[in-house]
Amino acid sequence: MLGLAAEYKAALVERPGERLTTLHGRAVVNLFFENSTRTRTSFEFAAKRLGADVVNFDVATSSIAKGETLVDTAETIEALGADFIVMRHPASGACQYLMRHVTASLINAGDGAHEHPTQALLDALTVQEALGKIEGARISILGDALHSRVARSAIWALTKLGAKVTLAGPSTLVPIEFASMNVRVVHEFDEAVRDADVIYLLRVQTERQASNFLPSLSEYRALFGMDAERLAMTKPGALIMHPGPVNRGVEVTREVMDSPRSRILGQVTNGVAVRMAVLTLLDRTRQKSGVRR
Amino acid sequence: MTQRDSILISGGTVVDPSQGMHARRDVLIEEGRIAAVAEHIATERARRTIDASGLFVCPGFIDLHCHLREPGGSASETIASGSAAAAAGGFTTVFCMPNTNPVCDSPVVVKYILVRSREAASIRVIPVAAVTRDQKGEQLADLGALKAAGAGAFSDDGRPVSNAMVMRRALTYAHMLDMPVFDHAEDLSLTADGVMHEGNISLRLGLKGIPRSSEATIVARDCALSYETGGRLHICHVSNRDSVAAIRHWKARGAPVTAEVSPHHLTLTDEAVCAGEGYRTDAKMKPPLCSEDDRKSLIEALEDGTLDCIATDHAPHSPPSKDALFQDAPFGIIGFESAFAVLYTGFVALGRWTLDFLIDKLTKAPADVLGAEWGTLGTGSPADVTLLKLGEEFVFDLSRVRSLSRNSPWIGKPCSGRVVATLAEGRPVFTDHGAFPAGLFVARSMSKAGA
Repeated sequence: MLGLAAEYKAALVERPGERLTTLHGRAVVNLFFENSTRTRTSFEFAAKRLGADVVNFDVATSSIAKGETLVDTAETIEALGADFIVMRHPASGACQYLMRHVTASLINAGDGAHEHPTQALLDALTVQEALGKIEGARISILGDALHSRVARSAIWALTKLGAKVTLAGPSTLVPIEFASMNVRVVHEFDEAVRDADVIYLLRVQTERQASNFLPSLSEYRALFGMDAERLAMTKPGALIMHPGPVNRGVEVTREVMDSPRSRILGQVTNGVAVRMAVLTLLDRTRQKSGVRR
Repeated sequence: MTQRDSILISGGTVVDPSQGMHARRDVLIEEGRIAAVAEHIATERARRTIDASGLFVCPGFIDLHCHLREPGGSASETIASGSAAAAAGGFTTVFCMPNTNPVCDSPVVVKYILVRSREAASIRVIPVAAVTRDQKGEQLADLGALKAAGAGAFSDDGRPVSNAMVMRRALTYAHMLDMPVFDHAEDLSLTADGVMHEGNISLRLGLKGIPRSSEATIVARDCALSYETGGRLHICHVSNRDSVAAIRHWKARGAPVTAEVSPHHLTLTDEAVCAGEGYRTDAKMKPPLCSEDDRKSLIEALEDGTLDCIATDHAPHSPPSKDALFQDAPFGIIGFESAFAVLYTGFVALGRWTLDFLIDKLTKAPADVLGAEWGTLGTGSPADVTLLKLGEEFVFDLSRVRSLSRNSPWIGKPCSGRVVATLAEGRPVFTDHGAFPAGLFVARSMSKAGA
């Protein structure tokens, strides 16, 4: 999958306006129950470039995304002729639940705090591009892992590909149970970044303060925030990644984002390539298993 | 008269822990009561005979904890359907919790449940009345009037009594009435919006966890209050090792505390949430299924007497309500029909428990929590009798479910022991037709039929 994604990436750079016919006649529906700019746009761009018809079905943020509504909505979309449903939902396990009710191919674009698989694939592609290989790479993920689907999926993908993953952040947001996912858990910034080849910063949500996961955002910044001074103490050439959107001045400063070490915008470009690869391979599987349309 | 209402259960092995009995015996029922248990009772003494050869005969099971959902929840269960489910599970006495709509916090609702039970239930249904008005945990319900109306215990089950002083007053007051308080031990501030046990699995699934301390801190608090006030406290559905430690400590000090454990906490762990495609809502309940370490601790605690008895916490939720996102699905699973089968299969068939131990925990032990006269085949006792067939493989499937709901994690599970007939006060209330293809009663020859 990463190989195909890398090919698409090269094509994206060389022939930006190209339109393929891989998914000609296929309908992709983006079903987003949560706000998203980059993921939704990225899927839309990927599907269009492959020649698919794309419909964005935005569920107003005010509407309550309860189970019944979810099934009704998905069944309606399927009846309208969707081949692929790309779904983001605030509930963990939303895709597993919907799988029981629809036959269209379902792509998880983020479910609650559970998983965000295409983000993990684009992260893997980004690491592979920058370091040449993932196996053996030391990757430190810093921030609110507890509430992060990005962290969980990154852990699955990167450890599976042979990376050594360290998870770091305040003990309230990085519980020691994460060690059961084959990662090293530390609660101290210097320890976390000392040997890292990649420093992956997670967004710290402001609402964590209200539920006492954090005393304050300024305390977070003081203990775990990445600024130019701390960046200088890391291993030479260590990369900075972030899934976006960035809480500037909390987990990372603008200076660090703009530094040549940052791969934050590269991640976004890779997102399109990876999602093209996911759609293409999924479509091949559908053809093989005899799904018509 | 005696002839007309008499039943002989012939040729079975009687297992009655209340009398320390495990032997081949005949059982004679007259007028809804046990008339005799003896090595041989002549067929002529009874009008009808049940051939129990090859079967085990034990006292009807007692469940101190269930939800029948009536009044107000008939999409999930009614007194009629719930009691039929209980009978199919071998239960002849069940205590139904007060979190109905309206809440069972007044003599009117207690009496409604008792009247409906007489009309629609085949077994004995004892209402548990709320400790506080509307189960809000603020103002004590009229506990004396509730007892007089027929309530068998007090509980705010489904919700905890959060305020410690309210609990203290409830225990003091219930002590005066010689009534136990059934304690749903949960600190809602620790549960927060948790939906399953907090551990490696909740973390991996991205589901919010409920820590052990949510239960264990309230268990410790309420045991101390029980000790201090002398009020009898019965801890419901104990789920984890830390609660067990607190109960063990306070029992050793002499607190008047008893406790129950559910079949699901004894047989399942939080892994059950991941079964199949995952996010299984029929593995979602409160308190949540915990780790294997907790499960082992519960088994040991039941064996050493720290936990007193088994109770199902039968909690029906309609199929549409459980077909939901995990975070949105209601807490609870049904348990009547599967209880004996899964416990027999999981513990007795595997050689960890004797049959007598399991029957004790379903009969005499819960009766002892209340000092009740049920749970025995002693002469003169109500003829609540459950017949068991052991050692025959079968699959626990929907055909065995009498509940209006089907939220059971055991559907499809192979089992090796089952309830095949249940009698409540001498009336047959459940028959497994597979075990009695020609009917529960033995056909009489023409010459004797006219007697």
